[in-house]
Amino acid sequence: MTNILVYALHHEGAINKNSLGAVSKAAELASELGGEAHAVFVGEDVSDDTAGSIGTYGATKAFRVKAPAGVSQPVVDALDAVLESGDYGYVIFGGGLLGFEAGAGLAARRGGGIGVEITGLKVADGKVVAERPILGDTQISDISFEGLGVIAARLNAFEPKESGSPVSVEDVDVTLSDAAGKLEVVTRGEQRGADVNIEDAQVLITGGRGLGSAENFSVAEGLAEAFGGSAAVAATRAAVDAGWFPYAGQIGQTGKTVAPKLYLGLGVSGAIQHKVGMQSSDAIVAINKDGNAPIFEFADLGVVGDLHSIVPALAEAIKAKKG
Amino acid sequence: MTKIVVLVKEVPDAAVQKQVDSSTGRLDRSGEKTLNPFDTHAIEAALQLKESGALDVDEVVAVTVGPSSAVKALHKAVSLGADRSIHLTDDALVGSDVVGTGYALAELIKRESPDLVLAGQQSDDGQSYAVGAAVAEYLGWPGLTQVIKLDVDGQTLTCERQAEYGYDTVKVTLPAVISVGDAINEPRYPSLKAIMGAKKKPLESLSLGDAEIDASKVGEAGRKAVWTGSQEPPAKAAGELIEDEDTAETVEKIVAWLDDRKLI
Ligand SMILES: Cc1cc2nc3c(=O)[nH]c(=O)nc-3n(C[C@H](O)[C@H](O)[C@H](O)COP(=O)(O)OP(=O)(O)OC[C@H]3O[C@@H](n4cnc5c(N)ncnc54)[C@H](O)[C@@H]3O)c2cc1C
Ligand SMILES: Nc1ncnc2c1ncn2[C@@H]1O[C@H](COP(=O)(O)O)[C@@H](O)[C@H]1O
Repeated sequence: MTNILVYALHHEGAINKNSLGAVSKAAELASELGGEAHAVFVGEDVSDDTAGSIGTYGATKAFRVKAPAGVSQPVVDALDAVLESGDYGYVIFGGGLLGFEAGAGLAARRGGGIGVEITGLKVADGKVVAERPILGDTQISDISFEGLGVIAARLNAFEPKESGSPVSVEDVDVTLSDAAGKLEVVTRGEQRGADVNIEDAQVLITGGRGLGSAENFSVAEGLAEAFGGSAAVAATRAAVDAGWFPYAGQIGQTGKTVAPKLYLGLGVSGAIQHKVGMQSSDAIVAINKDGNAPIFEFADLGVVGDLHSIVPALAEAIKAKKG
Repeated sequence: MTKIVVLVKEVPDAAVQKQVDSSTGRLDRSGEKTLNPFDTHAIEAALQLKESGALDVDEVVAVTVGPSSAVKALHKAVSLGADRSIHLTDDALVGSDVVGTGYALAELIKRESPDLVLAGQQSDDGQSYAVGAAVAEYLGWPGLTQVIKLDVDGQTLTCERQAEYGYDTVKVTLPAVISVGDAINEPRYPSLKAIMGAKKKPLESLSLGDAEIDASKVGEAGRKAVWTGSQEPPAKAAGELIEDEDTAETVEKIVAWLDDRKLI
């Protein structure tokens, strides 16, 4: 019997969608392995309702550890303690940032292996095999584990599936490590900038570092205006971290996942962590002056050129077309 | 007095087509190599802490685990301002996974007992964003990745980073392992003089035996995440590409493409 443990990321009473996906996948794999999927919540104030609701997605046990949320060391301590108490072969983290950190820490502590950016999981010969895309997603490696297998999934790799009903919650007392005591989360989830809505737009004009400045986002705004009502402007992490655009408008790993009818990237390189948040768009158009930019590998229409000369002219032409 | 260790890695040059050796699943490491561009932000962060006096830094030490060619990355690191460098290189390290690399780096760091370890946000080839966290675990130190703002007050670092729900601010007590994001600073370029002088700065080259590192925990021997095969992803229709030569023409083509798909 091999059980699978899943770390359930949560914030303000809601479980992260990627954690729900991870639990759903774990439940499916565990039944093939003849085991169960269990979930661990780490936080100061996780309610019975929140933690118990993980049962709906196939977990048969919900463990709750009272410890600070938002940093990885307490998560490693919590998972380590739960692993000690049962027969577990694998730990899965849904796509996020903490999963990479806590996952690597846990694999190191337990002498296991970690696979990151995992997009698929299957059972072969009684063991879980993880699929990891490499080389800009042009190949997929199969990874097996010796000892504990820790899996940090790619964002949106696994969809939540309801397959059970709420479970009761077990509290676990964990003595935190010295390292955990040396981290203090002062603020969490600060929303920088205006509350823009990019999830409901049909057309998303996305500005990247190639726009060059906050002022130049007016180029993207101009194009969005030309498309009209259902268009909005979004951004990459590079542009948001630079303070050029609000965090609420960021697409990717640590931002939003979007699937508009048209995604149009301006000066966006197409890094994996950005791609994972927009690859389900119906049509992807990219304007980038570097012909080797990774975004051209997955754009439906790629334009190699300077956005500053093309975009204003394109906005005019679209306005003219619409009449 | 404080010492900063910066973790640097040699990676294939971005301009080189990367490939995988189909018999081992490992990256083909032939071809032009360079210092991982993300690590130049970690070096810059160390230099800024030193130059601003925020920390009383007497030494910045660049450390790498990698093949013999990786000395070039170390030369680059010292030309950017590191005071000296350490190179762990041994045939038995080939094939190390994230945890094995983290273990070896932690053992090297213990020999130096620094106050702060800085790493890059990701290696251009490995892209696991995880080695720093494995190092922190082996050292038993607090660790934080993707940090884009770092303020020092005595033994406390106030770090900002973007995580799943927005920006987080976290206080970390030294000694600690911090991986920095590329938004933290704008790395400087090395001066010609520094490039010329790089080979004169101390470089310590160690084997596993020299560093008393357990060979069974690294390389193929220690690998717990094992490559067992590879597949092609589902084929996707290739996109169209327009090279912009005449902007009016380019714009016409884009509009026609969008119009065909009823996107305007
Ligand atoms: C754990 C983690 C999480 C992350 N989360 C996210 C996330 O949520 N979202 C996200 O977007 N990224 C995220 N990233 C960062 C990601 O790896 C990339 O660094 C980022 O997406 C790059 O943004 P960019 O494309 O704007 O910038 P760059 O990669 O710098 O690309 C800029 C592009 O602009 C082009 N350009 C420059 N000037 C012009 C011009 N005049 N005309 C046309 N083209 C021009 C350049 O050729 C270049 O390709 C994350 C990274 C990590 C490690
Ligand atoms: N072999 C190595 N030697 C030294 N530092 C490394 C090595 N591998 C990774 N690192 C450091 O860890 C960071 C993250 O790498 P990765 O986890 O591979 O994405 C890099 O930016 C480096 O600072």
